[in-house]
Amino acid sequence: MNRFTFTSAHTIDEALHENIPGNGTRFIAGGTNLIDLMRADVERPDHLIDIRHLDLQTITDTEDGGLRLGALVKNADTAYDEKVQSRYPLLAKAILAGASPQLRNMATNGGNLLQRTRCYYFYDTATPCNKRVPGQGCSAVGGYNRMHAILGASDHCIATHPSDMCVALAALEARVVVMGKESKRVIPFSEFHRLPGDQPHIDSALLPGELITHIELPANGFSSHYQYIKLRDRRSYAFALVSVAVALTLEDNAVKDVRIALGGVAHKPWRNTEAENILKGKAAEELNFRNAADIILQEAKGYTYNTFKIELARRAIVRALAEARDLQAPEPLNCYTYNRHHQL
Amino acid sequence: MTVSMTDTWTNYIGKPVNRVDGVAKVTGTARYTAEYNVQGLLYGMVISSPIARGKIISIDTSLALAVQGVKKIYSHENVKDMPWFDISYKDMNLLPGSPYRPFYSNEIQFSQQPIALVIAESLELARYASTLVRIQYEEDVFETSLEKNIDKAFTPKKGKAGFQKPKSRGRADRALKKADVKVEADYYHGAEHHNPMEMFVSMAIYEPDGSLTIYDKTQGVLNSQSYVARVFDIKHRKVRVLSPYVGGAFGSGLRPQYQLFMAVLAALDLQQPVRVSLTRQQMFSFGHRPITWQRLELGASREGMLQAIRHSAISETSRFENYTENIVNWSGRLYMCDHVKLDYQLVQLDVNSPLDMRAPGAATGLLALECAMDELAYTLGIDPLELRMRNYTERDPEKDRAFSSKNLMDCYKQGAEHFGWEKRSYNARSMRNGKHLIGWGMASGIWDAMMMPARAEAIITDDGKLTVSSATSDIGTGTYTIMTQIAAETLGIPLEDVTFALGDSKFVFAPYEGGSATAASVGTAVWNVCHKLKDELFSLAKDIEDSPVKKYSIDDVVFANGKIACKDNLEQFLFIADVMQRTHTKSIKKKSADLAALIKQMGYSRNTHSAVFAEVKVDEDLGMISVTRVVSAIAAGNIINPKTARSQIMGAVLWGISMALHEESFLDHQFGRFINHDYAEYHIPVHADTPEIEVIFVKEDDPVVNPLGIKGIGEIGIIGVAAAVANAIHHATGKRVREFPITPDKLL
Repeated sequence: MNRFTFTSAHTIDEALHENIPGNGTRFIAGGTNLIDLMRADVERPDHLIDIRHLDLQTITDTEDGGLRLGALVKNADTAYDEKVQSRYPLLAKAILAGASPQLRNMATNGGNLLQRTRCYYFYDTATPCNKRVPGQGCSAVGGYNRMHAILGASDHCIATHPSDMCVALAALEARVVVMGKESKRVIPFSEFHRLPGDQPHIDSALLPGELITHIELPANGFSSHYQYIKLRDRRSYAFALVSVAVALTLEDNAVKDVRIALGGVAHKPWRNTEAENILKGKAAEELNFRNAADIILQEAKGYTYNTFKIELARRAIVRALAEARDLQAPEPLNCYTYNRHHQL
Repeated sequence: MTVSMTDTWTNYIGKPVNRVDGVAKVTGTARYTAEYNVQGLLYGMVISSPIARGKIISIDTSLALAVQGVKKIYSHENVKDMPWFDISYKDMNLLPGSPYRPFYSNEIQFSQQPIALVIAESLELARYASTLVRIQYEEDVFETSLEKNIDKAFTPKKGKAGFQKPKSRGRADRALKKADVKVEADYYHGAEHHNPMEMFVSMAIYEPDGSLTIYDKTQGVLNSQSYVARVFDIKHRKVRVLSPYVGGAFGSGLRPQYQLFMAVLAALDLQQPVRVSLTRQQMFSFGHRPITWQRLELGASREGMLQAIRHSAISETSRFENYTENIVNWSGRLYMCDHVKLDYQLVQLDVNSPLDMRAPGAATGLLALECAMDELAYTLGIDPLELRMRNYTERDPEKDRAFSSKNLMDCYKQGAEHFGWEKRSYNARSMRNGKHLIGWGMASGIWDAMMMPARAEAIITDDGKLTVSSATSDIGTGTYTIMTQIAAETLGIPLEDVTFALGDSKFVFAPYEGGSATAASVGTAVWNVCHKLKDELFSLAKDIEDSPVKKYSIDDVVFANGKIACKDNLEQFLFIADVMQRTHTKSIKKKSADLAALIKQMGYSRNTHSAVFAEVKVDEDLGMISVTRVVSAIAAGNIINPKTARSQIMGAVLWGISMALHEESFLDHQFGRFINHDYAEYHIPVHADTPEIEVIFVKEDDPVVNPLGIKGIGEIGIIGVAAAVANAIHHATGKRVREFPITPDKLL
C-alpha cells in the first residue's frame, strides 16, 4: 500500500472541486473494493476524498414513475427497500446474490458500478496485466481463465465485470446520473460500462473527476415476471461463473417485452437486443427461449478453462426465461430466503 | 467389590462438557499471537518472490530506507553468519532433504519465497516501504506441472517420521488378470492450502538478559523453541515460546514457518521486540496438500470378494525436500484381500515443500480407494455398503495381527440406519425430487490411533485446587477442555477447581499437536500424573489420626466429589483439601511417568474407523451440486467429550465436502505460482453450503491403546467424506467424475 492523503467532503461541489483529474485522486465510499486493491498494491491513489457524508443517501420516486437510487445508499438498504422489493424485485434479488451480508452493508450503489474485475492476474502484481499496467500483456489468455469472458473480449483483456447488481440494472435499462465540475450527464446503462478493446484499463464511461450521484430506474420494473439466476462455485460469496437477469412481460402466453442480461461472461453486463427483439411476439416456450440463447451466444468464444460457460450460459438463459414466465408471487427477499427462493 | 457411582458428580469423562475456554474465546479475552502488544514493538513485512526459480541480482533498498520510521531491511545480502548445516534448521516434522533456510542465498526455489524483510515502527510503514524495495531477478526455466513431469517420478528412499514404505503382498498382477471382474480408474486432485482463519505470526521479545520470549502461531511450542535455539545458537533455556491460543492450523503449524525465523532474526539484531505477520496471500507461500494422481485397480469375484488391489500414487514435492505421506498404505489395510500391490512415487517440482494437512495421505488415498470400491459395486451390481461388509476384515491383513479394537461394522450399521440407507434405490439416476436428481453415496475411513511420548505436571494446593500443565497445544480442538475433564475425574474434584495450562515451552514435554495423537498421548500423561497425586494424597490420608481410610488400600477407596471415600461405606470419607491441611501439606507437585503401555500395544494394529453417508441434490442442467445431508459414524475408542468431538467431526466433514466440491489452489504454470491466493477465490464452503451433519460415535472399548481407551479424532472425520460425496453424485447423475474438486462444469 502506498502513502496517500485523505480528506472528507461535505457537499458534492466540494468533492468535485477537490478532485483534480490526473493527480491520482479517488473518491472513497464503502471502500469494499478500493481498500482491497490498495492493500494488493494494485490501486495507488495519492489522495482519497471521503464522500460518505454527501447528500446522496435516499431512494425517491421520479417524476416519470420510476425510482431514483442515491449513489451512497448501501447495497443492503437498497435490496431491502420496500419500493425496490415491490417494484423492482429483480434488482433486490440480484443485489442479494452478490458478496456477503457484511459487504453489502458497506458497499454503496455507486461503488458497485465501479468495482473492478476479480481477475486473479489483475490482483497479483507479480503477473503482467494490461488492465493494471497498459501494454504489459494479458496473463489470463494463456492462464487460469475459468472466471473469464466468453463474449466481447479482446486479445488485450478477457476480464469480466464482477457485479450482480449491474446485471439487473442492465436488464432494467437504468440510467446513471453523473456530475462533473461543469455539468451533469445521464448515461444509459448499456453505455456506462465498456468493452476492453485495446484500452482495458478503462472500465467505464465515467470521466476522470466525475462522480456518480444517482441511478435512475424507469417506471417498468417487470415485477410480475423476472428472474435472476447466479451460477457459481459455492452458494454464497463467490463471483458468478454465469448469471442471467430476465425481465419479461407476457400477453396471452406470448412474449410482449423481454430483456436478457448476462453477468460473468463479459467486461460489462451483456445484452443482445437482436435476440430480445426476435423473441418478442413469440410464444413463451422453451424452443423460442433456446433460439434467443443461441443468438446471444453465437459469437461466444471460450478459452482453456472457461469453454463450459458457453453451454452453461445457454442453459441458464433458457432456465431463467422459463422461471420468469412461471413465477408465482414470491415471498419477500432477504439473505435467508434467497436460497429458498431460488433453489438450484 | 464394586461401588455405585450414580451419585458421583465429578465424573466428567464422556460428558458433553462446555469448552472451559469458551467464554474467553467468545468475549475476546482469549488472546491470540498477534494480539499481544509490548512497548516499542517493531513490525515486519515480508517481501515475496514473484518468480518461481532463478536468482536475485540486486536489491535496492535506498528508497525504502529513506522513509522515516523504517528501521532495517533484511535479505541474503546482509544476513550473514547464519548456520550452514541443514541439521541446524531441523524441526520435529523434518523432511528428508535440505530444509528451506530463509535469506540463505540469492537463489529462488519457489514462487512467493520470502526474499526480504522490512522492519518499521508500524505495520503500515513496513507495508509501504516494502513496495519501495527494488529487486532485480534472473529468471530460470522452471517446472511446476505434475502432469508434464510424471515420467520423472521416483520412489522415495526414505520419508519423514511416520512414513511407512508401502508393503505389497501376494501376487496382485496375476490375481488381477484372473479376477472375474475388474475396475480400473485414475483419480486426480489439485493442491490445497490449510488456510486457517488466523494468519501465521510471531512476536519475538528481546529481554535485557539476552533471552527471548516468543509468541508464535504453532502446533508445538517446543518445536519452535528448539528450532530457534538451533538456528540462532541460543541455549534452549533462554528461549521461551508461548502459544496459548491458536486460531486453527490443520497441520500448517507443524513446522516452524519463516515468520518465526524473521521475527527472531530482527529482534536479536535490533534488540527490540519484533512482530512479523503474514498476509493472506502469503499463506499460500508455504506447505500444502500435494497435487496427487492415483490409479486404482480392483479385481473381485462375482460375489464381490476382493481378489486383488493395485494402488499407485504420484505426488509432487519440492526440489529440496521429499515430502512423503501414507497415501496407498490404507488400501492394504481396510479390506480382506490376499493380493495387494502398492506403489508410491514423487515428482520434484519448483514449488515449496508440501506439508501435512488434516489426515495427510489418508484423505487422498481413501478418496481414490473408496470411489473405486463404489465403481466396483456398480460393476458387480451389488449395494456399495454390502460390498464393503462382504470384504470386512477383523484382523489387520497387512500386518496379519489383531486390531486393538475395530468397530467399523457398527459404523456401517448405525450410520446406514440413521441415514435411511435401506430406502435407497440402487440404480443411478433413480432418485429425484422435482427438477433435482438425488444421490446417496457412502465411503469408509481409516486412520492410525497413535500415542507419542508426552508428559504432564500437576500441582495440587491445600485449597483443593489443581493445576496441570504440559507443553502441548490447543488448535481449537478442545485440548484445554478434555484435559481438564480427565484431571478432574481422575482426582475426583470439581471441574472448576482444575486449571489446565498449555502452549508454553517452560512446561513439561509434549509433542506437537498432530496426527490425532494429543488426546491419547497428553491425556494419558494427565491421567498418570493425577494417579501419582492420588497415591500421595492417599498415603497422607492414612497418616491422619482417626483416618477412616487407615485400614484400606488405595484400591478400596474412591476419589470423587472432592473426597476420598471408602468403597464399602461411602459415608466414611475425608475431603481432599482437608487431607492436605491436616497434614500441613501446602502443595504436592508430581510429574507423569513414562508409560510402559507401549509394549502392550506392540502386538496390535491400532486404528480408528469411520463410515460416511452423504446425500446430494443435483440440478443437472446447470451442474449445480448441493450436499444436503451427511451422517458420519465414527469408531474411535473412548470419546472424552462428545460435544467438542462432534464439533471436530462436523468441521472435518465440511472440509471433506470442500475437497469434493470446492477447494483447489490453482497452480499457474506460466508463473509457477498459486494464483487464486485469497479467501474470495480459494473456495471453501460457506454457511449456505453447509448441510445437516449427524455425527455418531459408536461404542468401542479399547484397553490396549491406553488406560483411558482414547484413540484420537483429529483426522478420521475428513477421511472418506469426499469419496462419499463423489459416489452420491454418481448415484444421482450416473456420472463418474474422477478429477477433484467436482466443480459445476464437470457435470455439464
